[in-house]
Amino acid sequence: MDTKQEVILSVKDLEVKFNLRGKILHAIRGVSLDLHKSESLAIVGESGSGKSVFVKSFMGLLDSNGYVSAGRIEYDGKNLAEYTKDKEWRKIRGGEIAMVLQDPMTSLNPLKTVGKQICEALKLHGNMPKSKMKDAAVEILRDVGIPDPEKRFSQYPHEFSGGMRQRVVIAIAVACNPKILICDEPTTALDVTIQAQILHLLKNLKEKYDLTTIYITHDLGVVANVADRIAVMYAGDIVEIGTCEEVFYNPQHPYTWALLSSLPQLGVKGQELFSIKGTPPNLFHQVEGDAFAPRNPQALNIDFAERPPYFEVSPTHKARTWLLDPRAPKVEPPESIRNIRGLKPLLNPEFVKLAAGGASDE
Amino acid sequence: MNKEKELLLQVKNLDVTFGTRSHKFRAVNNVSFDIYKGETFGLVGESGSGKTTIGRAIIRINPVSGGEILYKGERISGRISRKKDKALTRQIQMIFQDPMASLNERAKVDYIVSEGLYSSEHRPSEEERKKAVEQALSDVGLLPEFSSRFPHEFSGGQRQRIGIARALIMQPEFIIADEPISALDVSIRAQVLNLLSRLQKERGLTYLFIAHDLSVMRFITDRIAVIHKGRLVELCNTERLFEAPLHPYTQALLSAIPLPDPVTEKKKKLLVYDPSIHRYEENPPSWTEIEPGHFILANEPELQKYRRQLSQMEQLKQTQ
Repeated sequence: MDTKQEVILSVKDLEVKFNLRGKILHAIRGVSLDLHKSESLAIVGESGSGKSVFVKSFMGLLDSNGYVSAGRIEYDGKNLAEYTKDKEWRKIRGGEIAMVLQDPMTSLNPLKTVGKQICEALKLHGNMPKSKMKDAAVEILRDVGIPDPEKRFSQYPHEFSGGMRQRVVIAIAVACNPKILICDEPTTALDVTIQAQILHLLKNLKEKYDLTTIYITHDLGVVANVADRIAVMYAGDIVEIGTCEEVFYNPQHPYTWALLSSLPQLGVKGQELFSIKGTPPNLFHQVEGDAFAPRNPQALNIDFAERPPYFEVSPTHKARTWLLDPRAPKVEPPESIRNIRGLKPLLNPEFVKLAAGGASDE
Repeated sequence: MNKEKELLLQVKNLDVTFGTRSHKFRAVNNVSFDIYKGETFGLVGESGSGKTTIGRAIIRINPVSGGEILYKGERISGRISRKKDKALTRQIQMIFQDPMASLNERAKVDYIVSEGLYSSEHRPSEEERKKAVEQALSDVGLLPEFSSRFPHEFSGGQRQRIGIARALIMQPEFIIADEPISALDVSIRAQVLNLLSRLQKERGLTYLFIAHDLSVMRFITDRIAVIHKGRLVELCNTERLFEAPLHPYTQALLSAIPLPDPVTEKKKKLLVYDPSIHRYEENPPSWTEIEPGHFILANEPELQKYRRQLSQMEQLKQTQ
């Protein structure tokens, strides 16, 4: 990938803290990230790794006890980290950066028709005449793949299934033509079949509306299809970042190895499935060294003593692990994730071809 | 092949309907399957397909409107004696989907885990109860000290283990696990799955495992039934189902599983199941055993097609 791509949003040494009952929780510990225009970036990590907090800080959606304590968020020549008032944020939210939340059951207003909720977004952000609003909303509903949009326009959220509701949430998010669309676990609450459809839809919309998308998920399997780049987050820090191919085929950080190994798609029947031992570190305390070291059975001594810097694997791929230091002993990634390239699909394509051939005989 | 195995649960032509006469909704439609002792039987389908309703019908929460359910050869659906009901509640336990919602927020783990014992026929003494709680907690890999804590002090994976401990304390023979890992992080799912398999090996438990994700089913289940809109469409042993998924809905479910390989995944064609491809108006389908142990819902022309498909695959295998 071209490293000289236009940068749309740039985060520099961001630190986010929460004040909880007098104690300070260090949720984001100095993260830097450049978001390229028109790319789709996936941020992957366990719950509690800080991935949601990280992106919420781009929109000023942190809880009232949370604040950016250091660093910059540069967008369009402005430093978003300095924004404090809702009035300032309103110029960013929706119109510039929009968000799709995890649970479509709770992110819609049950008392308003779906059409009205989309028009609301149009009214706030565009100067569209009222007469044209309905047509525009119907058009967006059609874009997100809702059949019969004229009729659906005047229905309430409870008349929609989970997958259809998530489509409506996406419709509201793209209604004001944002530059960046953040999808926070967009499919976690949905079935596998619906999940695949929603991901497909988001991919299409990205092309159609020229969006830059950020996916947040705990499931690495989901992002293989949609992400250009992947950032792996652990304990408020990006431990590895690279293109999709690099992270899947040549992962460097032991935490990325662990996340990949725990995918059920890669396990072997009859053998015990891999699971990550222990729990993420308590961020009320200062984290010493590599945050993942206590859960990593192969951790080096230095992992407990000193925080590793980023080591570059390629111009687009870097990881925060001492294993990449030239002095480190050679540690191989676990066997189960070494042969990800050319993984056989669960549905045997030859068998499906037989089915197609069988049908044409008739 | 299943001849020597002991039948534990039989579901025969089960119907469950909701609503009044004018607004009837048939959630489960003529479903039949058997579960053998010691196996893990998977029930997979999308939300709204009726898979949970079947589980709930078995533990007698949802009334059955047609057909019957037999447990160890005795009918357990409809009206049964109070004594039998009590015994059943002990023998059949359930693990619920969302560990955040299924534990009483205001009770301590000690009470949550042993609540079932309070209402069982032989109410244990306080000392026995404490011991049982301790045992159940250590069985699921939690420390006995945890019994004096509240659910909100635990992580998702730990909460789900409390849910499992609560089922185990009743010494059940049969456990219905209703999407026990759907609400958990991928990295924690494995812990819960491994725990369930270990318990099965140690105690000879039988599971009915309900889920919507076939990729997880591949590890834990011996046989899988696929359900769509309240009807079973395919039932087969797990390996064979992954090798030869005949019904288009099963294929759609399989194709939807995301692969962690970016190149293959980006090339993959997603199959979407469209029920209108079936011509069932003039030629209604029936539940047929197409090969030993492999059942499918299909009509005669479809069966011919599927049989051809299977034999072609056999030939392909031999030439390779």
